[in-house]
Amino acid sequence: MRGTRQEGVANSMIGLTGTALGRFLPMHLCLDPVGRVRQAGPTLERIAGVDLVDRPFTEILTLRRPTVVSDIGGLLALEGRPLKLTLAVAPALPLKGLVAGLPDGGAMLDISMGISLIEAVSRFELTLGDFSPTDLAVELLYLHEAKSVVSAELRRLAQRLNGARVSAEQEAATDTLTGLANRRRLEATLARLLGQGRPFALMQIDLDYFKLVNDSHGHDVGDAVLREVAHLLRAQCRTQDLVARIGGDEFVMILADIVEPFHLARIADRLIRQIEEPIHVGGFECRISASIGVAVRARQDASDAKRIMREADIALYQSKGTGRARVTVFSPTADATGDPDAA
Amino acid sequence: MHGLVNRAIQCFLSETYGRECWTRVARAAEVDPGGFEAMMSYADELTEAVLESAVARLDLPREMILEDLGTFLVSHPDLEPLRRLLRFGGETFLDFLFSLDDLPERARLAVPDLELPELELAEDAEGGFAIRCKGSWPGAEFVLQGMLRAMADDYGALVLLDVVDREGGEATVTISLLDSAFHEGRSFSLAGDL
Repeated sequence: MRGTRQEGVANSMIGLTGTALGRFLPMHLCLDPVGRVRQAGPTLERIAGVDLVDRPFTEILTLRRPTVVSDIGGLLALEGRPLKLTLAVAPALPLKGLVAGLPDGGAMLDISMGISLIEAVSRFELTLGDFSPTDLAVELLYLHEAKSVVSAELRRLAQRLNGARVSAEQEAATDTLTGLANRRRLEATLARLLGQGRPFALMQIDLDYFKLVNDSHGHDVGDAVLREVAHLLRAQCRTQDLVARIGGDEFVMILADIVEPFHLARIADRLIRQIEEPIHVGGFECRISASIGVAVRARQDASDAKRIMREADIALYQSKGTGRARVTVFSPTADATGDPDAA
Repeated sequence: MHGLVNRAIQCFLSETYGRECWTRVARAAEVDPGGFEAMMSYADELTEAVLESAVARLDLPREMILEDLGTFLVSHPDLEPLRRLLRFGGETFLDFLFSLDDLPERARLAVPDLELPELELAEDAEGGFAIRCKGSWPGAEFVLQGMLRAMADDYGALVLLDVVDREGGEATVTISLLDSAFHEGRSFSLAGDL
């Protein structure tokens, strides 16, 4: 009964059997003049999960755009216009449609997944056979999947590159301006010496009048002066020592195995005298000086890196406080008098 | 050669013969043992060097390594996305065969700079098929042979494959489809888990 009626409709149009129409338009609905389904495309029936024939179209779908319609008259008034609709089984899944009137007063409505394709495919477990071979939907799915694979691979590449960049930055232990060690390497060296229990002295060297050079001759000259100071400090180092730049014009020297305050003061004095020699850069004569604070770590001392840095800092503060170009070797009494924050 | 091809060779060697094998092959070929990036391009000589050093290291004929590579590409779980993309070619193995003409174009849709050999499918008088494989790199026909074998298995088809008429960078893979529903094959749903 159903078959003959279906085929009757199709034959009266363009001689297509219902099955053939279903292959071309697997998501179509053929409606009779009162808006009941005469025939439905196989994919649409599969999605609906029930036999759609003889049901009114309003039970199966809801027109959303351009207007809401409640009968076939309203539907036919939208002939040729792009429709937006949803199915009763999936009211949140927007689909596209197109309607045309049939000679007997009925209507032909074709439905497409539109942009809901990907969701619809997984929700209704659609297969290749659910689409017409001429439909680009499968190509779209292929493309979506291929692009997802490619972009996942690109994302992994970006993450690897970013990881490499971060670790390269972290591992860089050199101050790029002067070629001296940076704070990172200084901390590593301190940790190593403390771990070995090896005696050493830490000299904190702060340039005096450097800001003046920067302000009056510009940063290029300032940078050249810093490089010159770096060169002077390095020249005073033995292989077991370390010079680091840890701030704009702040340097730190670690002298292994030297802990005798008088000896250290002499070395520091010599450094200051050398730094005070005029530095010639780009036609300018730059004169700077330095203040130095020294902290000492003898073999038996139990101490951490933070504390020794702080002691050198306190000693430096004292040197600056007593009129620059001075050397102070930290001692516990200096701790009490030198810096109000030291306690 | 595209990084995808190089990376495929790398994964194949290290998954099939072990990481150590890959590292040695890479070193002999003067390739960073860290390996290839899938989304970058490399000089063709590098691919050639890796293959040569794999042949030397594994003491297997190049043809056999390439065919195994083809099978690996379709059947290894880590490369499931590739199998899926190939399965978009059609519902049956025969449909899949008919889709092979478009394979390079399909691949380019996904990765515009990926050059695959030109494939031309023809039916022969005995009802079998022959795929003419042109260009790309020497030996690609063996990779294709391996992939076809694995795809036939995937679809549950029973086939006989052979590589013939190799000359001037071209070759033909012949396919006799003995039974298109020999066993059930593996499932394929359009909805991936992406």
